[in-house]
Amino acid sequence: MRHTISVLVENKFGVLTRIAGMFSGRGFNIDTLNVGPALDSTTSRMTIVVRGDDAVLEQVTKQLNKLVDVIEIQDFREDEYVDRELLLLRVNVDSATRAEVMQICDIFRAKIIDVQHKNVSIEVTGNESKINKFLLLMENFGINDLTRTGKVALARKE
Amino acid sequence: MSTTSTQPSSAKTKPDGGPQRGEAMLGAEILVACLEREGVEVVFAYPGGASMPIHQALTRSKSIRTLLPRHEQGGVFAAEGYSRVTGRAGVCMATSGPGATNLLTGIADAYMDSIPLVAITGQVPQAMIGKGAFQETDVFGMTLPVVKHNYLVMNVNEIPRIVKEAFHIAQSGRPGPVLIDIPKNIQEARTQPIFPQEVHLRGYSADRKAGDLELNELVGLIGAAKEPMIYCGGGIISGDASVELLEFAERTQIPVATTLMGIGCFPENHPLSLKWLGMHGTVYANNAVNEADLLLAIGVRFDDRVTGKIEKFAEHGTIVHIDIDNSEINKNKVVRLPILSDVKYALARLNELLAKAGYERAGAGNFSRFPGWYEKIAGWKRSFPLAFKDTDTIIQPQYVIRLLHEMTKGEAIITTGVGQHQMWAGQHYDFIHPRTFITSAGLGSMGFGYPAAIGAKVAKPDRQVIDIDGDGSFLMNIQELATAHVENIAAKAIILNNQHLGMVVQWEDMKYESNRAHTFLGDPRDPKRIYPDYVALCKGFGVPCERVLEKKDLRAAIQRLLDANEPYVLDVMVPYTEHVLPMIPGGATYKDVIV
Repeated sequence: MRHTISVLVENKFGVLTRIAGMFSGRGFNIDTLNVGPALDSTTSRMTIVVRGDDAVLEQVTKQLNKLVDVIEIQDFREDEYVDRELLLLRVNVDSATRAEVMQICDIFRAKIIDVQHKNVSIEVTGNESKINKFLLLMENFGINDLTRTGKVALARKE
Repeated sequence: MSTTSTQPSSAKTKPDGGPQRGEAMLGAEILVACLEREGVEVVFAYPGGASMPIHQALTRSKSIRTLLPRHEQGGVFAAEGYSRVTGRAGVCMATSGPGATNLLTGIADAYMDSIPLVAITGQVPQAMIGKGAFQETDVFGMTLPVVKHNYLVMNVNEIPRIVKEAFHIAQSGRPGPVLIDIPKNIQEARTQPIFPQEVHLRGYSADRKAGDLELNELVGLIGAAKEPMIYCGGGIISGDASVELLEFAERTQIPVATTLMGIGCFPENHPLSLKWLGMHGTVYANNAVNEADLLLAIGVRFDDRVTGKIEKFAEHGTIVHIDIDNSEINKNKVVRLPILSDVKYALARLNELLAKAGYERAGAGNFSRFPGWYEKIAGWKRSFPLAFKDTDTIIQPQYVIRLLHEMTKGEAIITTGVGQHQMWAGQHYDFIHPRTFITSAGLGSMGFGYPAAIGAKVAKPDRQVIDIDGDGSFLMNIQELATAHVENIAAKAIILNNQHLGMVVQWEDMKYESNRAHTFLGDPRDPKRIYPDYVALCKGFGVPCERVLEKKDLRAAIQRLLDANEPYVLDVMVPYTEHVLPMIPGGATYKDVIV
């Protein structure tokens, strides 16, 4: 089972190491981890996707809370949050396939951000299933390289 | 969605006045001033290139005594000994690189046993960090998994805040070690310090108090129980809750078993005491805890040396777990009623609720609530007492400890190394006060005993402090005899010398057909000769030492050890063939006990 948790931390030296070290030291598995500045610039927000059952999630949350630099943890369940991921990839094209790639990009609202003779670079955002579907389609053309941000999530609030 | 956040922690030390501005001084001097403000009386500090400015500043302190250990590991264990007998954070210090890495074992030891400790290390100058400088190590990174928190000081103006936070974190909530790494250029930078009076940590809170609802549920469970037990541990000692525990036990009339870390939190000569449970605990404690219909686990963490096979531990009883650390709840054992609380508060409040519910406090020898249960336990006590085969001539290790107990009336502070002697010390000395059994329980660090005795004796100069040690453990930090002699610290040691790594030998006997795999500590070219010669070694350190070979000489020798007002060592020769019993093999259940 996969859980998405959002962790608000002090924006201080070594905080990423503390969190990553806690996960490895206690044998928890991270699927994705994303870090960036939060609204208050003295803090950072991490979105972590963790693999494990409810007991693992309970321990992850409690162990994170024990860290002095962790201020708040949100453990997201279905529909309580919005999430997105950004994918950058480079796809092999030639004169025969370029148009088809561009067509698929249109359907997925992806942007072509660089064009070369033999490849194009594409930016696409969306939830996990959209990104995975897009990747599946692009595999037919030959993916040259890619990088993903991992999930970023925000709670829904009225 | 569940959101968990930490209520901001604000600890006021002095209610009046805000931050105080000091005179302009060097970073090293600011650090010493901060330690003085925290009430530090003693630091165990070994100097080196990257910490010299701090040592220079320490020579000018009027209130701090700086003790020079002969190895950084001795220094950190001594600081732990100090912490463990006082409850206040012990302070140790080392230089960068090897000095810092030599502290690691002691920091990990304090972490495993939840001991408050502030470790300070010098670091190479900031401009050299990451360049592979002489004596550079990333001590911040290396200590991360074994500290409650740590700091790398990046700016001289941060020193007062960081030191204040470090002591607060180390000593509050579930205590633990905090490390402060200070680059040398920051020690030498000059500024006008601002000393904060309060700590503001929005990610840290130590305040945990149980609600009446859950405590009343517990009172209800006690009312319905027929065969209840208390299983309590180091949390009672670090939570300073022994008095409340005694009242709770006497109000409810529930028998008490402690963990090894909890030894002394409940008087072992009390009629409700079953001493301690676990791998080498008493049969009656293990039986009672495992067969209880209600198990009150207070300030404990369901360690594998206590539970054996965790799924089978107390499998039929209703378990209530009271602890200040939320992450311990449901970690190793899922329980029926978890109560997140400072144990002192929870027990005090329970005593009030029990009084209201009509539970009168019973006096010693007047326990009558669970007659069938007491009778069952008494039967186990008769069938499986802590025993050993005594002889007229050979000195049995257990006999040494019983004799020491008799001669000190159970009032000494006992430290230990790790191994058979440690278990025998726990078994055959009856501890009646908290903070009198000082042992490396979680990490099991050999070499702990003598330096810890030095730290304990510095903290409690009027108490008899005796390290009961093994020849293997004692040798691991024997250099600290120099510290004791030079600083005139009358820490005593009794070596139960069997020329072997006794506990490993015992396991070799049980699992490997007595094949000795590097467990003989004597000289293989002359195995009959006692080696090393501790009398001669001690003489070299200027510490008196006697070797005791015969039982008839033991009492007088112990008397001389007790009478000495300087460090004193007895090298007592004991057989290596003796096993620590009872024993529940690792991963087994209480029914598999070997007696």
